[in-house]
Amino acid sequence: MNLTLQTLRALARGDSAADRVVPPTGFTARLTLFVAAAMAFLAVFALALSLAAGRLATSWGNELARSSTVRISAPAGQLAAQTSAALRLLQQTPGIESARALSEAEQQALLEPWFGPDVPVDQLPVPQLIEVQETARGYDPAGLRLRLQAEVPGAVLDDHARWRKPLAQAASRLNLLGWGAALLIAAAVGAMVTLAANAALAANAQVIAVLRLVGATDNYIARAFVRRFALRALMGAAAGTALGVLAVMLMPSGGETSGFLTGLGFQGWHWGVPLLVPPLAGVVAFVATAVAARRVLAGLS
Amino acid sequence: MIELENVAYSYGGAELLSELSLQLAPGSFHFLTGPSGAGKTTLLKLCYGALRPTAGQARIFGQDVRQMDRDAIAMSRRRIGVVHQDCAFLDHLPLNENVALPLTVSGEGFSQQDENLRELLAWVGLTERANALPPELSGGERQRAALARAVIMSPEVILADEPTGNVDWEMSQRLLQLLIELNRMGKTILIATHDLSLIRAAKSQVQARVLRIANRRITAAGADL
Repeated sequence: MNLTLQTLRALARGDSAADRVVPPTGFTARLTLFVAAAMAFLAVFALALSLAAGRLATSWGNELARSSTVRISAPAGQLAAQTSAALRLLQQTPGIESARALSEAEQQALLEPWFGPDVPVDQLPVPQLIEVQETARGYDPAGLRLRLQAEVPGAVLDDHARWRKPLAQAASRLNLLGWGAALLIAAAVGAMVTLAANAALAANAQVIAVLRLVGATDNYIARAFVRRFALRALMGAAAGTALGVLAVMLMPSGGETSGFLTGLGFQGWHWGVPLLVPPLAGVVAFVATAVAARRVLAGLS
Repeated sequence: MIELENVAYSYGGAELLSELSLQLAPGSFHFLTGPSGAGKTTLLKLCYGALRPTAGQARIFGQDVRQMDRDAIAMSRRRIGVVHQDCAFLDHLPLNENVALPLTVSGEGFSQQDENLRELLAWVGLTERANALPPELSGGERQRAALARAVIMSPEVILADEPTGNVDWEMSQRLLQLLIELNRMGKTILIATHDLSLIRAAKSQVQARVLRIANRRITAAGADL
């Protein structure tokens, strides 16, 4: 790693003369720039996806985990009695902050989308719903279910876990996939720069031979290449990141009714995350070129 | 300065040089001659560490080549000026930057030594061509530029491989004069050449020893030269 460290120090210093000893290469330079830009653009989307999925997983976990529903289906005569029994039981259960029976109007509002406004819902045997808010510590759903079964035979506890879990799981898996994609992109940038650097080193074999002949150390020769590729990757990635962020900003916002797709983007400090893409691309290119240059130079006489 | 002791060198099993001993004393002037393919270039490469002997010992400025890493070899090149047969340059840089390249890569930079560079270019007669690119130079100009590049670091030893290979008689005389001047300044010179008339021309002006490579060995050439 000695070469890399020394090269890093020299790189920070900068050396225009060292840059000049390697001839400019128009076409491969543009290709490197382009690939770095494209990869950075993709990386921005992978990060946006990952962060949005992470947000979704957290918010589902938080909001839904804190509320449950108890549904009471009983013959019309017993409904009121069972509801008050269930409410009493719920209020005595540790871990439950509040329990509130929904009013008829609220239930009607809930059902309206399904039945339309004209159906006389109050004449249907609609089960009574009780909204349960948990404390931060939560309650034991299995224990509560047993007690409800014993005391309020018509009550069914729905703690949302059944359908919440797979969704939250999917969201966190999506988050993981996003980070995995970002990692793959970084690795692809490294591989691409290694190939480009190898090609440049091979194409400049005569330049390297001349430099060796006049007493250039491997560090000096490597620096000329490493600096060039690191800067190219940095600049390309900066352009790609800028375009990617712009594209994310231009995504149509869903506003109040935002779903998963319209929520794709950055929020708050997450806007800072894409700023890490260009320097990371530069570092990846730097390391890849330094390793390639060291390997090629060590094989020469 | 440079010592070879019982050195052998083989390219993939076939031995090109064997049991070869050579000592370049400070201020000495050597010619190395022999038929093409006898190993003149290989011997020079052994002298500046581009090749490592397959047997025996090579010492550059008292250091065993086998124990020198790539950086040590690079550092020793700053004390040895090499003029190659095919004088390779960096084709995208003008002549003056190519001549100053040893200064650039050693980190000295050459702006403060501009005066030196100008004198050096005048000495090899290339002042007018300072901004020309290497592909625009003639064979003789390339040889002189290579010589200027070899001496800009003021090296102690100058190794020249067929420095007059691609130039006419007049130009080869000029190059020889430059090398003889360098020797008078105290530099150690080793010239590989198959041009016997060049050697004869030199012997009238300088105390030169002539070494001949033949049958993988090195011998002192007779007085007939």
